[in-house]
Amino acid sequence: MTLRRMIPMWIAVIGGFVMLLSAFVRPIEGIGENFADAFNVIAAIAVALGAGSLLKVNLSKISRREAGWGFAGVILITFAITLIVGLLKIGVHPSHDFPAALFSGKQETADSPFGWLYEYAMVPLTSTMFALLAFYVASAAFRAFRAKNVEAVLLLVTAFIVLLGRTFAGVVLTGWLPDWASGLRFENLSVYVMQVFNTAGNRAIIIGIALGVAATSLRILLGVDRSWMGGGDSA
Amino acid sequence: MVLGACIGFAKAAAGQVAQHPAQPAAISQTALQAAQPAPTLLKESRLPLFTWILGIAIATTIFVARARGGKPPTIRRIAALEAVDEAVGRATEMGRPILFIPGIQDMDNIQTVAGITMLGRVAKTAAEYDAVIEAPTSRSLVMEAARDAVQASCLAAGRPDAFQPDRINYITDEQFGYAAYVGGKMMREKPAACFYMGCFFAESLIFAENGNAIGAIQIAGTAESSQLPFFVAACDYTLIGEEFFAASAYLSGEPDQLGTLQAQDATKLAILMFIVAGTLAATIAAVMPSADFFAKTSAFLQRAMGN
Amino acid sequence: MNLLKVLDAIDRRWVFLWMGLAVAVPILWIGLTGRTFPETPTPAARAVYEAIDSLPTGSLVLFAFDYDPASSGELQPMSTSLLRQCAAKGHRIVCIALWPLGGNLAQETITNVIREDYPNMREGVDFVNLGYQAGNEGVMKVALTDFIKAFPVDSRGQAASKIEMLRGVKRVSDFPLLINVSAGYPGNKEWIQYVITSSEGKMKMVAGCTGVQAPQMYPYYPAQLAGLLGAIKGAAEYESLVNQSIGGIAPPKYLEAQRRMAPQLFGHLLMVLLIIVGNIIFFANKRGDLR
Repeated sequence: MTLRRMIPMWIAVIGGFVMLLSAFVRPIEGIGENFADAFNVIAAIAVALGAGSLLKVNLSKISRREAGWGFAGVILITFAITLIVGLLKIGVHPSHDFPAALFSGKQETADSPFGWLYEYAMVPLTSTMFALLAFYVASAAFRAFRAKNVEAVLLLVTAFIVLLGRTFAGVVLTGWLPDWASGLRFENLSVYVMQVFNTAGNRAIIIGIALGVAATSLRILLGVDRSWMGGGDSA
Repeated sequence: MVLGACIGFAKAAAGQVAQHPAQPAAISQTALQAAQPAPTLLKESRLPLFTWILGIAIATTIFVARARGGKPPTIRRIAALEAVDEAVGRATEMGRPILFIPGIQDMDNIQTVAGITMLGRVAKTAAEYDAVIEAPTSRSLVMEAARDAVQASCLAAGRPDAFQPDRINYITDEQFGYAAYVGGKMMREKPAACFYMGCFFAESLIFAENGNAIGAIQIAGTAESSQLPFFVAACDYTLIGEEFFAASAYLSGEPDQLGTLQAQDATKLAILMFIVAGTLAATIAAVMPSADFFAKTSAFLQRAMGN
Repeated sequence: MNLLKVLDAIDRRWVFLWMGLAVAVPILWIGLTGRTFPETPTPAARAVYEAIDSLPTGSLVLFAFDYDPASSGELQPMSTSLLRQCAAKGHRIVCIALWPLGGNLAQETITNVIREDYPNMREGVDFVNLGYQAGNEGVMKVALTDFIKAFPVDSRGQAASKIEMLRGVKRVSDFPLLINVSAGYPGNKEWIQYVITSSEGKMKMVAGCTGVQAPQMYPYYPAQLAGLLGAIKGAAEYESLVNQSIGGIAPPKYLEAQRRMAPQLFGHLLMVLLIIVGNIIFFANKRGDLR
């Protein structure tokens, strides 16, 4: 194995075992936290690399006049504006405790330009993207939910119960049922489905996933699986 | 990473010093120490968990040794992984790129590591088939790891010229900003094959539906159980939970790695037995309160499972 | 059969239009009439109410805002009502955030609820916003042993060690109740795994989450979670409980969750209809009727 692959592997092995043991051994508890802090430091430094890549890709799009180069310009302009306004804390009032210190205020305050960008650009855009999900789920339901076999039929029946039970339609459709049959009302049935069937299924999936995580982590920590470095498993 | 380790060790040293401030007055300190029990080396409340981890490690060692000794396990066919070659081949025939999304979390998430592992394998196949692979990322560290993985894969495939770093680029950390970029890219460039391998949240349906709209073959893999239904409904193939983590071992075909899958299954069987025994004991204890044995068994099994 | 053929080949943008109408028309109707559907709280929502109500007046409550503006449509109404109940009960509220924009959302909620309706509450004495702290579950692990180290300053820039209401708070388990409203990672699951499990019963937790996350959270209720508000339905149930207990006519900001149940009703009805029509087309195709 080359040094280029051995060093990252040993860093991963040592760091991983220390963090694993720090959860159980009191004297090294702090060291595990420090490894986690080290990761945060590296991730923060890596942001500069990401920003550099963003600038490079979009600038080359503009210089080559590729299709959609205008949007690359929009990216760069908004990136620059947000960076300058945020970093230099333009229009931010100093903190009450340190009024004489220039950069003592927090730029997230509502009356600052950075706060304005958050309130009138960030919030509407992210809310819009999230709202798209409602449309996509409708088209997915129309296209994909087919009663192809017994399991699919069971799934559809359960879906109808939960969809209707979580709204006033469930009350209208089954609210007339007498008290002794109240368990069959859609709103109660949907709670039962979520708390019993869904819980059982989710617990099983969670246990499987947890074991998968443990096995994958062990493979990486023991150096058995080195494919995360790329190029297959051979050195 | 080396720099990070150095920073970490420096902080650890500083932290140890900071945790030992100047001692208070001798008399009160002695009295305090006499009143408090000495802290133990191991955290007792986590002993059951530690035992389970030790058990998994021992099972892994045994099954890996068995696999090396000439008894490699048989793994059932996983359709999504068999379809990787088909997807890459389709992209090559159509002359359209492959889009690989390694999730929206950072490298400290094991799903992202598994996603990068899959990227390496898909990139190797793509390099062999002469297909273009693009991987926009949501985190800078993931971009760097992805570039390293793809470059190593291209080298391993004997096609170092196939590596184009600008095709693996950082977009934004913001979840829906990233989803908007990827959605727009899919609608404009119409990749022939889309891989979604990693940790996803609400944007999973946006990706999957857009991929469906452009007619791409879609292969997804995630351990986020809340997103699995969306991928199953909208993608051609989905790796569910532990199948996603087994993908790397499955594709390698190496006895060592396949042995760890067997260890995983053996541990699951042990957990299943504990659950069945505990449920039975708790049920009998509830129905027959006088049967002390079952109540004690149920309590013991709960403690063994970490409750 | 012609209709089925048309529906079989329909452009998905028609489906988008129908969904848009199914959501927009009820919103307009509610805006004009102000009427909402009655809500019957489920046990999980009632448990959230009771967990807050059962605390002695003046108890310290930790409120973690772990979501962003994208999910505020679903989660903001429950945050508003949760803060309202805590303020009405006279609890001392410490707001934190592990999502970058969660601190801003906490500040907005404080402005809308406490500053407008509970002006006698003093910042630093009755409530404080410690803002966002980077580090995900690393912050939780630090807070387990040293809460002030995990959140060293508040949103005004004042040192947390000098804040009156935080005197005597050494670790996160010194809070008897944690309220966590979350849209993903880090969120409900991480708080349960790293904090509640380690607190050995000293700390209770109630959670609010998005609809997509709710199936994952139900296994934790009622053992690790004392109560759970799942999606806008859970928010509407809880909101109606809080409004009932406080009494009077609730202003529109305390009716948001209930108002959003009408679009949810028609959206769900449309989805049921689409699934039924889709299956009719499927079986017609199987029989060869659409060739």
